[in-house]
Order: sequence, then C-alpha cells, then structure tokens
Amino acid sequence: MTARPEAVNGAPAIELRGISKAFGPVQANKNIDLIVPRGTIHGIIGENGAGKSTLMSILYGFYRPDAGEILIGGGPITIHDSQTAIRAGIGMVFQHFKLVQNFTVLENVILGAEDGRLLRPSLARARGELKRLASEYELQVDPDAMIEDLSVGHQQRVEILKALYRQADILILDEPTGVLTPAEADHLFRILRGLRDEGKTIILITHKLREIMEITDNVSVMRRGEMVASVKTSETSPSQLAELMVGRKVLLRVEKAPATPGAPVLEVRGLRMVDAAGVERLRGIDLDIRAGEVLGIAGVAGNGQSQLLEILGGYPEKGARLEGEIRLKGAALPLTGSDARARREAGVGHVPEDRQVEGLIMDFSAWENVAFGYHDAPEFQNGWLMNQAAIRADASAKIERFDVRPPNPELAAKNFSGGNQQKIVVAREVERNPDLLLIGQPTRGVDIGAIEFIHKRIIALRDAGKAVLLVSVELDEILALSDRIAVMFDGRIMGERLPDQATTADLGCLMAGVEPGTPPEQAIPPAMGPAGVA
Amino acid sequence: MDFPTILQILDSAVRLMTPLLLACLAGLYSERAGVFDIGLEGKMLMAAFAAAAVAYATNSAWLGLCAGIMGALAMSAIHGLAAITFRGNQLISGVAINFLASGLTVLLGQKIFGLAGRTPALAGPARFSEITLPFAEALRPVPVIGPIYAELISGHTILVYVAFAMVPLTWWVLYRTRFGLRLRAVGENPASVDTAGVSVTRLRYGAVAICGVLCGIAGAYLATGISAGFVKEMTAGRGFIALAALIFAKWRPWAALGATFLFGLLEALANRFPNLDLGIITVPSMFMSALPYILTVIILAGFVGRAIPPRAGGEPYVKER
Repeated sequence: MTARPEAVNGAPAIELRGISKAFGPVQANKNIDLIVPRGTIHGIIGENGAGKSTLMSILYGFYRPDAGEILIGGGPITIHDSQTAIRAGIGMVFQHFKLVQNFTVLENVILGAEDGRLLRPSLARARGELKRLASEYELQVDPDAMIEDLSVGHQQRVEILKALYRQADILILDEPTGVLTPAEADHLFRILRGLRDEGKTIILITHKLREIMEITDNVSVMRRGEMVASVKTSETSPSQLAELMVGRKVLLRVEKAPATPGAPVLEVRGLRMVDAAGVERLRGIDLDIRAGEVLGIAGVAGNGQSQLLEILGGYPEKGARLEGEIRLKGAALPLTGSDARARREAGVGHVPEDRQVEGLIMDFSAWENVAFGYHDAPEFQNGWLMNQAAIRADASAKIERFDVRPPNPELAAKNFSGGNQQKIVVAREVERNPDLLLIGQPTRGVDIGAIEFIHKRIIALRDAGKAVLLVSVELDEILALSDRIAVMFDGRIMGERLPDQATTADLGCLMAGVEPGTPPEQAIPPAMGPAGVA
Repeated sequence: MDFPTILQILDSAVRLMTPLLLACLAGLYSERAGVFDIGLEGKMLMAAFAAAAVAYATNSAWLGLCAGIMGALAMSAIHGLAAITFRGNQLISGVAINFLASGLTVLLGQKIFGLAGRTPALAGPARFSEITLPFAEALRPVPVIGPIYAELISGHTILVYVAFAMVPLTWWVLYRTRFGLRLRAVGENPASVDTAGVSVTRLRYGAVAICGVLCGIAGAYLATGISAGFVKEMTAGRGFIALAALIFAKWRPWAALGATFLFGLLEALANRFPNLDLGIITVPSMFMSALPYILTVIILAGFVGRAIPPRAGGEPYVKER
C-alpha cells in the first residue's frame, strides 16, 4: 500500500496533462488538461458523448490513455487498473451502483478491501469505521441491512462509504442525482460539502446546470472530447455554460404560442391499479387532456407514472388488477384485454419511457424500427408479404425529417447514439399524427441538440390540435413544455398547477407528497436555473 | 421393514449419494461464481476414465485419483477458456464438454485397452478400499447406536468421508472467508468486484478449477470406489442429477447435502426393491429405476418453489464504461 504518491505541498489533487484516448476512429478524449485543486468540488459538464465518462474511467483505471500524464497530489502515476486508482486514493461512485444486491451493507463495504483471509475481523473493524464515518459525514446506514432493501439514496451512501472506507481523498461521482428525490439530492450535497470541508477533493460529473451552480467551486466544460473551458463557478452563468457545452446558443426556453384547448381527448376517472405483488400502484387517478394541450406529469420516478403510461398504452403489468374508466374522444377504452396495437389503432401514440427496452429492438435496423407497431398498415402490405420498399422509403423520409444521424436506415438501432435512437422512436409515433401522444422521459440521456428538436416536435403536435401526455422526472422539461402540470406522488395526483403560476418550491413540495402551505419536513429544492436545459 | 434393512438401504444411499454430493458441490462453486456448468457430467466421466486407466496401469488408487482430478481439470480449463476468457455461451460450452468426454473416453479406452470402451477390472490397491473406523466391531453389540456406527458410518472408502467433510468446509469457505465473499459477489455482480480492484477473471478461474477438482474426485470414486473399473457412459446422468440437486438446494451447501441424500435414497430404494409390491399393484422395476430421473424433471420444471440462481450466472463479464 505504498503506491500513494507523496503529497507535494500546495500541489493540486489531480492534474491531467494532454490526455488522449481513441476508440477505433472515435477520438473520445483529445489532449485534455485539467487541474483540480485539493479540497474543492469540481464540476465536469458536457453533453452525452462529450467524453466525460471516458476521462473519469481513465482516472479510475478502466482504460489506459493513449497519451498524456496523470499527476495525483503532484506526483506522476500510471494507473493500470482500479486497484492502482484505489491505492492512489481515488474513489468512484458510478451512475449505476456497483453493489451486490443480496449482501449486507458491511459485506459490500469490505468487498475487495478485506483485512485478511478471514472475514470476521474485517467485518468488526468495518462496523466501527462505518459508525465513525456516519457521525462525521451524515452518512447513516444500517450496516446489517441488505442492499436490495435500501432506497436508492441509501445505496448511494453505501457507495460513498465504500470509497471512504478505502481512505479515498478524491471522490468522483458520475451523475449522482439522476435517481434521487430533491430531498435526497439535498442531503447528498450536504454530505459532499462536509467532505470538502474535511479536505477531500470531489469531482462531480453531471449534465444538470442547476447542480453545477449550486455546489461546485470550479467547473470544466467538455465538448466532443475536448476540454473547452475551466472556470470558477462564481464567475459564470448557466446560459454561458450551456453555450459552451453545445458550442452555440441554445433556446433555454421553448418558444410556444398559448394553448387553445379544444374538446376533451382523454378522460381518466378513478383509475386504480394493484400490481401482481399486491402493491397498490395507482390510487384513483383523474385526468383530462384536451385537444391542443400538453399535460405534464411531474414527480419523482417510481410514483406510478410508469404504470399509468403502460395502462394507457394498452399493456398493463401482467397480473395487475385494474379499475376505473378511460375514455378517448368520448369512447370508452377497455382497461384489460387490450394491447398496444389496439391502442395505436384507436389513435394513441406512445413514446415509452425506456426506449431501449420498450421503444426499439436494438439489433434491428432503423427502418424496421421506424415501422414497428405500424407495420400492418395497408400501405406497407404487398398481398400477404411486407412491402419492404415502401417501408424503407417511408423510414428514409422520416429519418431525414427528424435529422437522425447518421441518416442510414440500414444501421442497427444499437449503433445510434441515445439522442438519435430517441429521434427514431419519436419520429415513428409523431409522424402518425396520433390524437393522443403518450410520451415518457422524452429526453432522458439525450443531448441538448436533440432535446431542442424533440421539444419542438411535441409543441408542433400540440399546435396541430392533438393532445399530449408528457411524463418526465425533469422539472425543467415539464415547466418548459406543459400547458398544465399535474404532480404525481405515491399513485395519486397531488395537485395541478399552471406552469407560469407554479414555483419550483411549490412543485417540489407536491413531488415530496407535502401539501403546500403546511410547513414541509423535507428540504425544498432551491430555485432552478433557466428552464429547458434538462 | 426391519431395522437392519433400513440400515442397509441408508448405507447404500450414502454410497450412491457421494458422487452426486461431490458433483453438486463442484457445481456450487462454479455457479456461485457466475459460471453455469452443465458439463459436470462430462467432467466426471473424463475423471472416471482417467482414474480407472491410471489406477490399472500403476496399480494405485491414489495415482488414479490424481489422474482423475487432472482429467476433470483439463475439461474445466476448456470450459474456463470458452466461458471466461472468450466470453462464449456457457451452456454450449458445457454441452460440448459432455460430448467430448463421452466420445473421448470410449475412443481412448478402445485404443488403449481394446475392450469396447471399458477398462480392465480393477482389484486390490487399484481400488479404494473400505475403511473400518476404530471400535466399529467393539461397538456393534450396543443397541441402535452400535449398528448405526458399524454399518452406516464405518465401512466406506476415504472418498465418502472426503465428500461429507466438503459440506461444512464449503459452507465455511463461502461464508467465513475473503475468498468466499468475493466468490459470491462475482456471481451476483461482477462489476462490484471489478471496481473494487479484484480480478473477475482470476476469481472465476479459481472457482472453475475447484469445480474440476471436485468433479475429479467424484469421477474417481465412481470408477475406483463404488465400481471396479470404467464402463462406457458410467456416470449415467449423475452430472445432471447433481445439477438438479443444486437447484433444489438453492445453491447452498447444507441443503445440497439434503438434496443429494434424497436422490441417493431413491436410487438405493430402486436397487433394493426392483419390483415394489404395494399389495394391489406391483410397481415395475423400470419405474423404480427411473425415480431419480423423474424427480430431476420435477425439480427442473420448477415444482419445488422458486430457486433464484446467482444473478450474474451464465453471463460473461464485459467491462462497461
């Protein structure tokens, strides 16, 4: 355990000089320089595919750089593997936690850092150490709890504890708030500030400008594999950062005319759902969406939004019990015994929340994916065969109109970037002109350019007099697109607001299940940056 | 059924469950580390042949045992290479090993001994002899305990005792040692092990090697303990029965003991009562002999409750970004 470089007085915690890394023809990192002073929180921001994760993977020993130098605490170091990184005092909290679900917290913490061949002494020492860390940094977790029984926020604490148990001085967090409630995110930030004040160095990778502004001391912006700027957070602004990220001005607000709602398109009354395990997921939902209007459903993931979309889309979870009423343009839709195809024929388009699982077949080509769900349409038939020429032509046209890149319909869906995959799904559903469009997390993992495009298409559909049900965990997105906002919590609609009258504090309360007006227990998320840059 | 008959059946069950238990524990190590292994059958068969051939040539059961272990380890190496290093499909690799062993043993046997795939019969020191535990005869007259000790507990080959000792040992290794913690972790979420700076590849190879050693002992026991020589296809599906027992035991060592005992008992009963007379009907011997296999099908079809395999089982580990 002597690999930890000697700290030179005043030397930065991390210094990268000219780091380059290519994967085949793709240059993921180009000549990156980065200096992270000791005892600071350093934000790294950039679009998807900008090379943030690659850079951090190099720092954690997942990849060897093609060129460049890494200095930790002033001393040069070659990081062969994660073991070297850990010894150099680097800890990493991945976006997808690396925890063993059916192990206890203690077992997860000591895994790979055991004191000897037998577990008992290691477990005993870890128990004491955890107690100390818990009181020092607000990192309370029951050491004997199974990971699978813990909330996501607590699982993240275990990841942080793992790093601290290995005596990390440098903590890298990759998109840490993506899965947290506002209150949990607030708690995390308190922990991070506490760690910084103890002299730890923290690198925060995120695409949320609000977090950068709120918690970081310095921020570096990456774009297409290059480090385009490193600035003091206090000397920059969200719009400046957004501009640096994309390299051009982006619309921070979606331009849209006031809505002109028409006749009701979707009416939901008293919708209840009990899943196969007996858990009540929806506890009586009432909703109305009129033609030419976007209803945004805000809420922390897992409060029944997915179930609502699945039921409306015609494929409720197997074994679930449903009651209530759904009407589309006045006609009742069957709750059960229906399927996605019947819903599509009735005029419901659906952009599912998880495009890679529900929206696309990743191994199939783009043209096949553009046709899915509508491949039975008469214009795609040639007797009892598929008219492949017609389907291909149709797909090519849609791919062009939606600016899917590369514009190659023969490419398998998995070979497109997240943003372009999403464009394929949105193109398929929107171009069919559905009376009602269900759209879940339309811009999750999508870069800013594509976000802007998808948002414009959603508004265009609304302006064409169609109804849109938008479900998103990104409050900025809900605020930018919706004509009305409904907040879901624990299977209920907590309340409805108009976007120009809703404050984020007010919505935050509803999302946490607290009626505004009553003094909330949970912390209210502070004011957001400009909307639209989710 | 009188007491001596019951003792005899139990005694026979202990002998018959031994290869199952060893193979089951072998599979447990491999699958707990996330490498599914349906090649237990092939490994045992290869080991049985190697053990019999070398025991015949050297007239030493111990050298036979070593050869058996080496034979099974060779098969493990193939499986490890395919499943871990080259990230191939573990089921297909396992099937290939079963075919390879089935063909290779007969081919080599015919080439070397010319006895249509058999090895010559083994005798004397080429077989593991039965050990009489101390005081077995002295205690025999003691009611109940005496016969149990003398008949059931004493009088087995060393490999039987090894197999039974492996149960608490496996439990201890799995739940009380660093290796066990990492082994279980690598079968549940290899990324957690990898990011902790521990080599997934090395751990999985280790587990597959232990699997080979245990299969080797199981095969050697078949050829030089319970029988006297190798016979074509002598494992007779025991590798698959062990796999069923492993699922039945939900990948836990003590439960594996119970599950393999159940299979051993069924086989012992079938041997003892080929035509079971139930008064009204006589159960035909074919049915009795088929009992362990029928139970296997029932278990594999999932009639015994949900068994949750190790979560990363069957999946080669690919480092993601």
